[in-house]
Amino acid sequence: MKATVHVMLKTGVLDPQGDAVRHALGALGFEGVNGVRQGKVIELDLADGATEADVNAMCEKLLANTVIESYRVDMS
Amino acid sequence: MKAAVVVFPGSNCDRDLAVAFRAAGADVTMVWHKDTDLPEGVDIVGVPGGFSFGDYLRCGAIAANSPVCQAVKAHADRGGYVLGVCNGFQVLTETGILPGALLRNAGLKYICKTVGLKVETSQSVYTERYNAGDVIDIPIAHHDGNYFADQSTLDALAGEDRIAFSYTDNPNGSLRDIAGILSENRRVLGMMPHPERAADMGHGGTDGQALFRAVAGQLTSA
Repeated sequence: MKATVHVMLKTGVLDPQGDAVRHALGALGFEGVNGVRQGKVIELDLADGATEADVNAMCEKLLANTVIESYRVDMS
Repeated sequence: MKAAVVVFPGSNCDRDLAVAFRAAGADVTMVWHKDTDLPEGVDIVGVPGGFSFGDYLRCGAIAANSPVCQAVKAHADRGGYVLGVCNGFQVLTETGILPGALLRNAGLKYICKTVGLKVETSQSVYTERYNAGDVIDIPIAHHDGNYFADQSTLDALAGEDRIAFSYTDNPNGSLRDIAGILSENRRVLGMMPHPERAADMGHGGTDGQALFRAVAGQLTSA
């Protein structure tokens, strides 16, 4: 089974990379982009029986730094 | 005084840190990241700068979960001294030994230059040979040195006199210009600037020397 983890910087945490992407889009003529936030997607290939709770524990311990990041887990 | 310097794959300031400790009179042992124990009788652990594990996932995240870091955490928990420099500071925040996190520099660029640091407190084994308010010149070399913590943590750091160093001209966007912080018991120091790169005449500056001498002096007489 697979799990997909989306990790994003929390609201209120400055995202200079997202901001740089926003500027670059503006420079390319894409108007009306008010904000860009950049995160990461982590795909996990899991043994059968793994639960969302297991993946949440992985996020808390390693995959996300909850001081600055939030995460969302999608099991499939 | 016995010091141990941790070596991760990708550490690149480990030997510089060892040289600075030795020059101050310490007996230094290098410790590999897979070691589960620190050498007997270690007073202080140095967590060096570099790019541990290629900065994969987040700077310091993989290193923070390595076997040796469990030993470093246990050392800190029982009141041992720990100095984390640059990537070492990132590792200490990732382990939770120090609060907050280091984000990408606000200007997105890797910055390598000598900066002015204001000594915010002389009340620690690391800073006792400086005077609060002194401005010292220490090099920085980092891409992710932008200190972040929530408001209450920042207030606690300031209120408890745990900000060790601040930038005189903030290069990276760090909140409250923070360059280095102390743990609650004041025995763990994490800082982005490199005092070990300003500890010998050959470095072009010796403003970092007092830090190592103070540590060696204190922990030898202890």
